[in-house]
Amino acid sequence: MSTSTLTKEEAPQPVEEPVLRKPSTRKRLVPYWLLLPGLLWLVVFFALPMVYQASTSVQTGSLEAGFKVTWHFQTYWDAFQEYWPQFVRSLLYAGTATLLCLLLGYPLAYLIAFKAGRWRNLLLVLVIAPFFTSFLIRTLAWKTILADDSVVVEALNALHFLDVTSWLGWTEGDRVLATPMAVVCGLTYNFLPFMILPLYTSLERIDGRLHEAAQDLYASPATTFRKVTFPLSMPGVVSGTLLTFIPASGDYVNAELLGSTDTKMVGNVIQSQFLRVLDYPTAAALSFILMAIVLAMVTVYIRRAGTEDLV
Amino acid sequence: MRWIRRNLVVIAGLLTLAYMILPNLVVMAFSFNKPKGRFNYSWQEFSLDAWKDPCGVADMCESLSLSLQLAAWATVGAVVLGTMIAFALVRYRFRARGAINSLIFLPMAMPEVVMAASLLTLFLNMGIELGFWTVLIAHIMFCLSFVVTAVKARVMSMDPRLEEAARDLYAGPTQTFLRVTLPIAAPGIAAGALLAFALSFDDFIITNFNAGSTVTFPMFVWGSAQRGTPVQINVIGTAMFVLAVLVVVAGQIITNRRKKSATA
Repeated sequence: MSTSTLTKEEAPQPVEEPVLRKPSTRKRLVPYWLLLPGLLWLVVFFALPMVYQASTSVQTGSLEAGFKVTWHFQTYWDAFQEYWPQFVRSLLYAGTATLLCLLLGYPLAYLIAFKAGRWRNLLLVLVIAPFFTSFLIRTLAWKTILADDSVVVEALNALHFLDVTSWLGWTEGDRVLATPMAVVCGLTYNFLPFMILPLYTSLERIDGRLHEAAQDLYASPATTFRKVTFPLSMPGVVSGTLLTFIPASGDYVNAELLGSTDTKMVGNVIQSQFLRVLDYPTAAALSFILMAIVLAMVTVYIRRAGTEDLV
Repeated sequence: MRWIRRNLVVIAGLLTLAYMILPNLVVMAFSFNKPKGRFNYSWQEFSLDAWKDPCGVADMCESLSLSLQLAAWATVGAVVLGTMIAFALVRYRFRARGAINSLIFLPMAMPEVVMAASLLTLFLNMGIELGFWTVLIAHIMFCLSFVVTAVKARVMSMDPRLEEAARDLYAGPTQTFLRVTLPIAAPGIAAGALLAFALSFDDFIITNFNAGSTVTFPMFVWGSAQRGTPVQINVIGTAMFVLAVLVVVAGQIITNRRKKSATA
């Protein structure tokens, strides 16, 4: 039975073969052959895992008895109810860090793009160079910088800066380490290059004559910036904020190394549920909730910022 | 006062730069420290011990060599797969391009912990043992998108008429590819490769989930943050930083010389 169907399928092939040899058909298949291995990799190791995670999130059971798919959607609700403070904290910390990155990164990107002259390459190297020391080592260095009796903390104390931040709840007393401010400081530091590089790329593309034109039309430097430079740098602002916010919202390294139990982010919860508590359904549900929140925020943000040529 | 106001951007920019370089300087300084306890967080006294014996810590250099191997293989994998995808996307018109573009964009728009966790559920469900291979698979996966983006940017600005010209001069498809296409695309491929190597070498979150008991260099550093940080970690960090800066500066000097000799 099967052999006969096989031969039947094989039969028309000799007829089609000359068609296949025609360069146009062969050419049409080239892109698919080029795409196949890479896409297969992404489908098997990126898309399929998402499916597995979805199935894991609706399973119940225990590590000893094994997990079974029981369509227990309650896990999502329970996980969210238990860990919503960590979600809020993650978004708050990531949002603050992104804003700080923008505020700190913009002047530097501007400086490199317009004012650096022959120092431009050197400055760019200095922006990228920290990358070459493992980011964990650099984050650990912040432990030294923000330690209780360090120069930085003593200076902030002398300026009564810590009184203000303590009042705001960002620090505790005269300590910085193990407070929200330390975590946000680490996040800002870690993701700054991801903000500066896209900003620099989009600023560098701006035609300098536009600035001259604005000046000729009696625009003050502030107006020139507000009406010309900043709007033209929007693609950089959008991709910079995304490149900062998305990884920051899922980060758990900074909260673990520089924070305390009161500064745990959702990444910390996912990590400990997966690798220590071994409660896979809750961990999977948490990770999906995070993904949904981030994707929703990113979509709305891209729509409102209105840059289509981003991707 | 007026001077400050006029140079506000420069001052603010340099302050940011200082903020970015500060931890590297601390890492460098503390590579010459002689810590009292297990942790190298507070300054005690100057010493060259760690520099004299950089591999004197158990398992550290093993983890370093493992990370280098892993990064090398991940780069090869991601560059081969990514370059093929980039060429297909730029050079050919076919259906499902939009869907493919978003499949490539998504890994970059996803918190790393989500990818890490989902990959772990796949390996757990499949009963695949965690270790070198699972980490390699994961690294190729997340480096792929970055390579595609880097190569795509270069191939897009390439003039297809150059290849037509090669064909007009009777170059075969292989010859055209090796002699014309590849050399022009090379800077994009090199940028993608460099990025992939750096990302893979420095990755912690995805490795943390999928490494099992395999210890890469970032995993070693992470563990040492709990058990006690040897000074040698700072030595490696400093050496990496200095080496990278030297390579970049050397590259700069070479390109400058070439430019000069080209104009002369």
